[in-house]
Amino acid sequence: MEAIVNQLPIGLSIGAVLLLIALGLTFTFGQMGVINMAHGEFIMAGAYTAYLLQDWAGRQAVIVALPVAFGVAGLMGLVLERAAIRHFYGRPLDTLLLTWGVSLVLQQAARDLFGAPNVQVQAPSWLQGGIGILPYNRLFIMALAIGSVVAVWAYMSRTSQGRRMRAVMQNRQLAAVMGINTGRVDQRTFFIGSGLAGIAGVALTLIGPVGPALGTYYIVDAFLVVVAGGLGQLRGAVIAAVALGLLNSYAEFWTNASLAKVIVFVAIIAFLQVRPQGLFVLRSRALT
Amino acid sequence: MTATVRGERDTVGLAPPGPGRPWHARLLGPAAFTAIAVLALVVAPLALEPFRLGLLAKYLCYAIVALGIGLAWGQGGMLTLGQGVFFGLGGYAMGMYLKLHDAGGHLPDFMVWSGVEKLPPLWVPFGNPVFAIAFAVAGPVLLALLLGTLVFRQRVRGAYFAILTQALAAATVILLVGQQGLTGGTNGLTNFFDLFGQDLAADETQRGLYLVVAAVLGLLYLVARQLVRSRFGRLLVAIRDGEDRVRFLGYDPATVKTVTFAVSAGMAGLAGALFVPVVGIISPALLGVVPSLELVVAVAVGGRFSLAGAVLGAVVMGYAKTSFSEQFADGWLYLQGALFILVMTLAPKGLLGLAARARDLLPSRRRA
Amino acid sequence: MNGALLEVRGLRVEFDGFRAIDGVDLTVEQGELRFLIGPNGAGKTTLIDVITGLTRPAAGSVRFEGWDLVGRREHEIVRMGVGRTFQTSVVFEQLTVTENLDLAASFRRPLWALARRRRGVSEAVDAAMRTTGLTELAGRPAGVLSHGQRQWLEIGMLIAQRPRLLLLDEPVAGMSGEERVRTGELLTEIAKDHTVIVIEHDMDFLRRYASQVTVLHEGKVLVEGSVEQVRADPRVQEVYLGRRAEPGTDAGAGPGPAGGPAEAPDAGPVVGTSVGEGM
Repeated sequence: MEAIVNQLPIGLSIGAVLLLIALGLTFTFGQMGVINMAHGEFIMAGAYTAYLLQDWAGRQAVIVALPVAFGVAGLMGLVLERAAIRHFYGRPLDTLLLTWGVSLVLQQAARDLFGAPNVQVQAPSWLQGGIGILPYNRLFIMALAIGSVVAVWAYMSRTSQGRRMRAVMQNRQLAAVMGINTGRVDQRTFFIGSGLAGIAGVALTLIGPVGPALGTYYIVDAFLVVVAGGLGQLRGAVIAAVALGLLNSYAEFWTNASLAKVIVFVAIIAFLQVRPQGLFVLRSRALT
Repeated sequence: MTATVRGERDTVGLAPPGPGRPWHARLLGPAAFTAIAVLALVVAPLALEPFRLGLLAKYLCYAIVALGIGLAWGQGGMLTLGQGVFFGLGGYAMGMYLKLHDAGGHLPDFMVWSGVEKLPPLWVPFGNPVFAIAFAVAGPVLLALLLGTLVFRQRVRGAYFAILTQALAAATVILLVGQQGLTGGTNGLTNFFDLFGQDLAADETQRGLYLVVAAVLGLLYLVARQLVRSRFGRLLVAIRDGEDRVRFLGYDPATVKTVTFAVSAGMAGLAGALFVPVVGIISPALLGVVPSLELVVAVAVGGRFSLAGAVLGAVVMGYAKTSFSEQFADGWLYLQGALFILVMTLAPKGLLGLAARARDLLPSRRRA
Repeated sequence: MNGALLEVRGLRVEFDGFRAIDGVDLTVEQGELRFLIGPNGAGKTTLIDVITGLTRPAAGSVRFEGWDLVGRREHEIVRMGVGRTFQTSVVFEQLTVTENLDLAASFRRPLWALARRRRGVSEAVDAAMRTTGLTELAGRPAGVLSHGQRQWLEIGMLIAQRPRLLLLDEPVAGMSGEERVRTGELLTEIAKDHTVIVIEHDMDFLRRYASQVTVLHEGKVLVEGSVEQVRADPRVQEVYLGRRAEPGTDAGAGPGPAGGPAEAPDAGPVVGTSVGEGM
């Protein structure tokens, strides 16, 4: 019983990280049908941003890094979208392979720039300790995820930019006919989605070391969140991320770490038998 | 007229050998196949030193996997990012047999090191070579049939399928690494000495193995080509281009896709079983997310829409990887990444697509 | 056999609360050629979608030769003998005309038999090719066909399957006048030995080739009868003319006195979509 409670914050914070990563993916995938394998490297970029800022901001680097990492990762995403991805719309599988190439290059670049061994980012002193079984650093990550979800939700439903984004997501051609500049919307989506990956990267520095392959550990699970949550669905992503985070950590705890991923995989396949299109679905009559 | 030419170029590698084509064009394929077969089975074993021949055998093992990817992805549109899993199943099955054979009734060495005292029940049947080799193919086929049925019946496809297969690859690696006593962990299974009474280190054995690999590849190529040119192959292409429409022709795309996926998995499994005695190791690093993707990349580089392209890509990329990482290991990742970006942007039909384009340009210049 | 070939009873279809079909009954007898008309949003295509298994109804039954079709998968319904075409014709562009037809004709073969290579052209394929007049294009990839030829190929694929009920969704949409005449002749030819349901907007086409007509309006059957009866019915005129009076609404659906004015506004957008979505 105690173990169940102890494992909870770990599961929830993993869910929070997955959510931060998957938020970006749901939008790029949902809106543009783009599977961005380089998304993991934006996480890594965010984490290294925090690492670099330590020279300047010391132990408060993590806090300073949040907006900076958002900008850095967002910009990387924007460049990728402009330079490559936009030529690949309607070819999701080709995009997947293309962005994997980008991901390889970015990983190697990180190895050359920062060295292959892992580095550590010092957490601010006020994030050490915790209330009871709840460590502050994990609480902080959860708060970060909740804050991001609220911000994204507000942006999507309350701003005209967000409404345009949803319009493009639901019917790209119609949105274009209505005079929405879909290219501009795509750029914004990509910037925000990639930026969120940067924030996830900063969050990850609080619970582990930073290395060139950091993104690869989370990207597969984050994609599973998108699959289970349904395309472009905020609620779906939230529920799926939390569920997957919890399942992951409990499976690791009860069996052993090596079986956890297999259990998660089987669970996802089983889930797809009931909800093949994920938790929430946008209906359409189109024959594809 | 121009429309026809464009149409033919669009169907690179798919053009049926109809009576409409002149006789020399119809003979081109078989002639090329024969030439390559002679080159591979006669010239290469004589001309190449044992070390190089061993490398070529390794590339040809990958080419067998690539053939399956060409079938599933190029023809059927199923982007499978988990072929490494099937390759690994075959490899581990063979590795287990070799380990048990070498141990001669004792425990395999790595189990002793990990403190295992009794042979795990899972290992017992693999002492029989027939079972091991049969499992190397049947295991992947059954797994693919199960996964395919569950996934394709629910109409999970495209990117979703790709993600799921990738997750399978990731999960498999973690599982293998974690079960140290059962699988040898990160090191995998290695240190094999004897195959059916032949010394695995001997040049003669390796040459023999090379010939077996080359022959299997050639045979599977012919089988796959037959499949592609049959109605089944047409159906597969039709499903790739319009799965929902195919339903209204009275076919169940899920069945066709599952069968194709299983065939590609079986090929990967067989390749894994051949790979182990050739290279002398099977380990998680050889079958995870990255190796699985690398093979898909190789197929894309060679030309995914034709089976020959898939085979070509695997050999070319295998060769490139060896020769570049011999010289500058780090550069290889840059090069691979860059190559990939370039191929996807500039030549989505790969090397064979480029060749076909060049061929199309020649006669038109002559005409002009 | 006693009873109709197709019997739809009390059908209701909802999309997120919106009733696309609201209590439709439809009976089609063996050998009939039935036209299904109605303004946009009347539920015509939805009705066909339900019959062919693409959409699940909220309530009601669809019986074909006495078997209930509701809940069956699409390919099973095709195997029972119900075939359809789509508004935007979907043929396999990478395959030749012959291959498209052959694939359609081979669906009853077991999977293992498909692994053999095709030798020659089967009788069903040949017949379908001759009926649709595509013989000369046999070796061409379907990707190079014109819009009209694609529609004929799709109809040909349908005939090659020898279905007992054919559902054609706007077969002449976006076709030139000449192509319409040819399609009409093709339709008459097919209707001789098949039961056919046609969705059609084009009134001129309707007048020329239809006998029995069912008018749908807002998810319900408005009128059923011969072309003359339907045209004379004041409710039909109200549905069409009432809508016509409003500027900017679906003018193409109007039963214009001549085919001319009804064609032009309708053809435009339909051509647009079929080209745009042609992959």
